[in-house]
Amino acid sequence: MNAPLPTAVAEDAAERVQRQADVVAALGAVLPPHALLWHREDTVPYECDGLTAYREQPLVVALPETESQVAAVLRVCHALDVPVVARGAGTGLSGGALPHKRGVTLSLAKFNRIVRLDPKARTATVQCGVRNLAISEAAAPLGLYYAPDPSSQIACSIGGNIAENSGGVHCLKYGLTLHNVLKVRGYTAAGEAVTFGSEALDAPGYDLMSVLVGSEGMLAVIVEATVRLIPKPQVARCIMASFDDIRKAGDAVANVIAAGIIPAGLEMLDKPMAAAVESFVHAGYDLEAAAILLCESDGNIEEVEEEIGRMAAVMESSGASRIEVSENEAQRLRFWSGRKNAFPASGRISPDYMCMDSTIPRKRLADMLLAIQKMEQTHALRCVNVFHAGDGNLHPLILFDANDPDQLHRAERFGADILETSVAMGGTVTGEHGVGIEKLASMCVQFSPAEREQMLALKRAFDPKGLLNPGKVIPTLVRCAEYGKMHVKRGLLPFADLPRF
Amino acid sequence: MDATDPALLALVDRVMQARREGSSLCLRGGGTKDFYGEAAQGDVLDTRALHGTPSYEPTELVVTTRCGTLLAELEALLATQDQCLPFEPPHFAAGSTVGGMIAAGLSGPSRASAGSVRDHVLGATILNGQGEVLSFGGQVIKNVAGYDLSRLMVGAMGTLGLVLEVSLKVLPVARATATLRFAVDQAGALTRLNEWGGLPIPLNASAWWDGSLIVRLRGAEAAVKSAALRLGGELIDPSLAAPFWAGLRNHTDEFFDNAHAALDAGAVLWRLGVPQTAPVLDLDGETLIEWHGAQRWLISTQPAARIRAAAAEAGGHAMLFRARSKEAGVFAPLAAPIDRIHRQLKQSFDPAGVFNRGRLYAGL
Repeated sequence: MNAPLPTAVAEDAAERVQRQADVVAALGAVLPPHALLWHREDTVPYECDGLTAYREQPLVVALPETESQVAAVLRVCHALDVPVVARGAGTGLSGGALPHKRGVTLSLAKFNRIVRLDPKARTATVQCGVRNLAISEAAAPLGLYYAPDPSSQIACSIGGNIAENSGGVHCLKYGLTLHNVLKVRGYTAAGEAVTFGSEALDAPGYDLMSVLVGSEGMLAVIVEATVRLIPKPQVARCIMASFDDIRKAGDAVANVIAAGIIPAGLEMLDKPMAAAVESFVHAGYDLEAAAILLCESDGNIEEVEEEIGRMAAVMESSGASRIEVSENEAQRLRFWSGRKNAFPASGRISPDYMCMDSTIPRKRLADMLLAIQKMEQTHALRCVNVFHAGDGNLHPLILFDANDPDQLHRAERFGADILETSVAMGGTVTGEHGVGIEKLASMCVQFSPAEREQMLALKRAFDPKGLLNPGKVIPTLVRCAEYGKMHVKRGLLPFADLPRF
Repeated sequence: MDATDPALLALVDRVMQARREGSSLCLRGGGTKDFYGEAAQGDVLDTRALHGTPSYEPTELVVTTRCGTLLAELEALLATQDQCLPFEPPHFAAGSTVGGMIAAGLSGPSRASAGSVRDHVLGATILNGQGEVLSFGGQVIKNVAGYDLSRLMVGAMGTLGLVLEVSLKVLPVARATATLRFAVDQAGALTRLNEWGGLPIPLNASAWWDGSLIVRLRGAEAAVKSAALRLGGELIDPSLAAPFWAGLRNHTDEFFDNAHAALDAGAVLWRLGVPQTAPVLDLDGETLIEWHGAQRWLISTQPAARIRAAAAEAGGHAMLFRARSKEAGVFAPLAAPIDRIHRQLKQSFDPAGVFNRGRLYAGL
């Protein structure tokens, strides 16, 4: 592509300055001065979210403090045709909160109040900026907690969790964000107040909650949510099982489910990952094992005793080379410490890593690990693996050095390879981190042009002007054409049974 | 099956034809829910030719099945592997199909504890009003690639598209079940249910009618046993409990028999969805409560406006479930922005209005 002519760049810059002045003036009429940032030094912290490889300078950052200010900002932007990118804690891993260079970043950080805890109804009504873990902490004295627990739960906010349909390690048993949110209040792109769902178990009409959750801020701006709290189990215990063969570990996962057990958590680490976390947290992980499974049971004491016995028997019959069962809470937390520190441990052994998030059918876990081992050769990069094995969600961490442009390029190719392999195995390009900006190209592989068009049409039904977080999640036809890869067909479409490799 | 499947091609042809003619089609499987929703319009498009279960993977906890598959057949298949649809979809008569289960989106007695039909949908392949075959979601539990259009089909009454195939999360049949009975009035039943809901016990279903509260515990043997001891009450023999819950699920229970009889006398069977903590509603008529307080069936002759107002005041909504006249509208009216989104959604999936015109709301 040709570089733009210098005069075009200058015109662009002048236009941006003018547009910024217009937007600042219009928003200045509805927001107090301290709630509006536009000087470059003030907006730098908003340039990216948890996916730091992508950065953009927002035109303006608005920090409303009241709902009427949120509505007013949206109305102003709607009138001026200015894109709006809602932002919570900024911990997302797919660039969903990446600013729009001609748009307003709407920070909802000030909406951080727990509005109401209802012990009888077992619900919490919270503003969108309340942190995930803060809900469970507030509910703890009532013997209740909020189940979805993404690993960033200390920092991530409920608004962002709803935008991404966040999961965590307990999804198989307790569901995703969608299954734990009853009601959401927010505003449309035009600034109208809107309520989705209800405190009853259903609401009349289309189930709009099911598309709102996971829509990455593209359908409405969320300001408040009512979530379900559940009774804290009396006890949780964890089995740590080692396997000398990846296939045996993969089979053990399937065997647990086949035995009619739904574990509270079921995680897998491969050998390089076990080595990385062990040198970091010293959790006593088996460094000889080809794969380690962590399998957790929760409930009342007798129930857990019964289930742990059945789980251990499955591990043993599946060929585990070593089995340890946590005897107390300290030991259980030690088992988990390695898994929970997988990302920082990877950060210690490599200057950079790229975290993938695809999901595959559980039965393909071993196939996928073996395929990734081959890809390590192809792309000449290392990859360490943690999987939410219970639900087939993979987090391969591709290790690279971003200072070497060739390594960055190879890491991107490696990542795309994993995503395409996941789709071909009957899976999906993102299990819980979202598409954002990062996986737009992979969406071309997973969905046909007609499917993507239907998604865009759905967005238009909520946001006819296309102002909420434009350019994320659903790639345009042009973008997919540039990517140049056919989408991998599934289901009812032709040749679904044709093996791909 | 592939895109050359004659049953699929026949459906696509009918949709394209209707679109050209500007006519409407009434999607129909076994016809067991013909009574439900607003009046059907248009020629019947029978979905039963597209049936079968292309994949069932017990260790993946996923089954993929087609719209015309009999619900009874699907459940029998799952039972061979000691698995089930945990949300207990109703069979109002023999012949209920998977397509009807998704379109109506009705869940059974376990819904408050086990989740709804929608909660168990992982993906769907649909035919939209332009005759396009589209797949959304997938066969895995965690999937956030794009908007979740598959779950949007649940309860849409077939107005957005024809669900050709759906992937559902299934679960192992619980190892133990116990049913307990308590003699208690309505207010007392609601208080107990709200209290028990906050305990770490495997409360799975509940029903209150005519001074009796019946609860079902379901889960691991040890958990069911200790919870039964804790709650007390009268243990109901499984040979009586199973038909009771089936009667509740399929609306063949005595309460629903009474409702049928009352319809002829001008009464209406209402379904009220309210928060579990809503108090006893100040409405006349016979009440049966399910879902730990969140679903309240009411046989009443009171005006629709009165009933809708009481439901709304309690934080919920009222649906006219069975009635001789549906003049009052089956589904509660929508708030303005939500109504606008509904109309635009219909436009985006089915611009020519081919599918189930007016079955959910007039104009959709």
